[in-house]
Amino acid sequence: MTDKPLVAIAMSGGVDSSVAAALLQEQGYSVFGLMLRLWSEPGLEKENQCCTPDSMAQARRVAARLGFPFYVIDAREYFYKMIVQSFIAGYRSGITPNPCMICNQTVRWGFLWEKAAGLGAKYMATGHYARLQRCEEGNFLLLRGIDKSKDQSYVLSRLTQDQLVHSLFPLGGLLKSQVKEIADKYQLGTANRKESQDLCFLGGRDYRGFMERQEEQAVKRGEIVDSRGKVLGEHEGLVGYTIGQRKGLGLFANRPLYVLMKDQQTNRLVVGTEEELSFGELIAGDARWLRGVIPEGSFKAEVKIRYRAKPATGTIEILDEKRFRATFEEPLRDITPGQYAVLYEGDVVLGSGIIETSSLR
Amino acid sequence: MDQNKAIYLDYAASAPLDKRVLREMMPYFEENFGNPASIHSYGQRAEAAIESARERVATTFRVTPQEVVFTSGGTESDNLAIRGAAFSKREITGANRILISPVEHHAVLETAQQLSKHFGFIVEFLSVDEFGRVDPEEVDAGIKPDTAIVSVIYANNEIGTINPIREIAAICREKGVLFHTDAVQAAAHLTINLNETPVDLLSIGAHKFYGPKGIGSLIARKGAKLVPVITGGAQEFSLRAGTSNVPYIVGLAEALKLTSENREPNSLRMRALRDRLIEGVLESIPRAKLTGHPVERLPNHASFVFEGADANLLLVMLDMAGFACSSGSACKVGSPKPSEILKAIGLSSNWAMGSLRVTLGVDTTLEIVEKFLKALPPLVEQARSLKA
Repeated sequence: MTDKPLVAIAMSGGVDSSVAAALLQEQGYSVFGLMLRLWSEPGLEKENQCCTPDSMAQARRVAARLGFPFYVIDAREYFYKMIVQSFIAGYRSGITPNPCMICNQTVRWGFLWEKAAGLGAKYMATGHYARLQRCEEGNFLLLRGIDKSKDQSYVLSRLTQDQLVHSLFPLGGLLKSQVKEIADKYQLGTANRKESQDLCFLGGRDYRGFMERQEEQAVKRGEIVDSRGKVLGEHEGLVGYTIGQRKGLGLFANRPLYVLMKDQQTNRLVVGTEEELSFGELIAGDARWLRGVIPEGSFKAEVKIRYRAKPATGTIEILDEKRFRATFEEPLRDITPGQYAVLYEGDVVLGSGIIETSSLR
Repeated sequence: MDQNKAIYLDYAASAPLDKRVLREMMPYFEENFGNPASIHSYGQRAEAAIESARERVATTFRVTPQEVVFTSGGTESDNLAIRGAAFSKREITGANRILISPVEHHAVLETAQQLSKHFGFIVEFLSVDEFGRVDPEEVDAGIKPDTAIVSVIYANNEIGTINPIREIAAICREKGVLFHTDAVQAAAHLTINLNETPVDLLSIGAHKFYGPKGIGSLIARKGAKLVPVITGGAQEFSLRAGTSNVPYIVGLAEALKLTSENREPNSLRMRALRDRLIEGVLESIPRAKLTGHPVERLPNHASFVFEGADANLLLVMLDMAGFACSSGSACKVGSPKPSEILKAIGLSSNWAMGSLRVTLGVDTTLEIVEKFLKALPPLVEQARSLKA
């Protein structure tokens, strides 16, 4: 036992969290590993991408190799209640939810942290590519990871100061290539595992089938119309479409058509051309400001509208305590209600909000 | 958090190999490595070792060597007993029912369920009292003309309760129904004399009594006809094909011998430690209950439920505090469902989800028990406050 504080490392079995654990040990921390057992659809229990038996075994091997204890914490009920149900409700209401963001706030930095702290941990570490910096007032700044191609600050942007204060991101200052080298050095043998981008509880399957199994009325056929209301075809239930989608519309047109809007009231799917899909502004709600202070007036910022979107420069205008408008210099495609607009100043995350509406300006 | 120095209190999950047993086993890895089925001298030495082991096991249980079948462990023994007897009985008499207790090990339960799902057998369940005990009269009433086999666990792994096996066996014998008992836990602690107790089929596994893992035996009395589960060779009276695991068979016999020799003094010592542990836990922790029978229980076995506690977290905390325990059965990934056994003895889920099993062994001392008793209460409180 060292004098350094005890750290719980949230493990996935993948290379990133494994290397994060190794680095913490190098720095002299006393480490133990935790993995959440999450909900999966009945019959697909072995396929939750965040906790397959394979990834559990892998995490266990890494823990054994590095010589720290590893435990699996059951969060199936909580995860279902907090994440899966809101995912279903979100799709049903016509938005494209981002359950991973909610999971980070409530399950990982909520449920899991509570258990970790109960087990004596002073910090919780993850393998995310993001950095923390303490600023003068004592608050923490969340920064992009050094490796811009791997940066994961987007998915952490909803964390609060209370959550950041006990967080460690050992990989924030490293490049993925360096992480792989460290994995080789420690023979962690996880570098070749496929990284999953899908929602864990869909087990690598399409969300449409999942939604159909959840509730049949969610998939009610309806009309596909253009922006002037002309009927072009039939859709197979609004839940199966997302803003910006081009493939699978089953339409014949001389120009490519994209999903512009899902009109829940009339059960109509509105499609249009690429130009029509371009939006000059968005309004986001449930805003959170990392520094805990609501900025005043308007200011320039870089905006990311999806995890993998390219940041776009825009002007941010504070509408009220919970809402802001972002107006872009260049119109953006695929602004999708339900996703998050995350604001950056340089590498620093300023805040975020859930996209409510988008418009041409 | 030094895991290597953790105090081991999970002997019901597995016990360390006795060094004397290992010493007996070693020559059969090294110079006496032959296949016992071979004609040459190597084979003969190996065969002699197996047959001598068989005799020693037979002596312990007061059966004949021809009634000792070596298997890969308790689970395989249970499988061979239930599946083998069900198929055989159906062939001979057309019997189609399997009668088991609700507190069986999964090796019995799931074998019976498979026979029901895929082979058309009807599985019927006995009931148990609040201690998890089967009433022999219920067995009497539960046996039907076409019951093929009855199986009741000798001593329960989760709650330690010992069943009235002699009475149940006598009833089955009288009614002409095969009786199997899973004695995997019991064999480590109880004297089992099959001369007096008319059990037809009895399963044991060596690692519960300081033998190696991966070896067990099914005692199959003459008259208990079985269809083999593993086919492809004449080993083990054609009941279990595959090259005999000679060193492990030797190990099982030696471990069983040592256990039997020291049973009396060991049991006395265990019982005293166990009772101190039970008393200490119930005294110092509010809303705690002993599960299983207070008297008719394995001498090394203490099991509890704590209302409103999260058993899985409690185990993690205990491990981090340097105590290796179990929640009931050795299961790494906690299930959010309460155990069938705790449900069968009438516990609500709020109690059943907070289970803890502490099982003692050769290295357990009074000092260790006291240390554990000091560490446990705050951890239970913590596991209560952290319950989702």
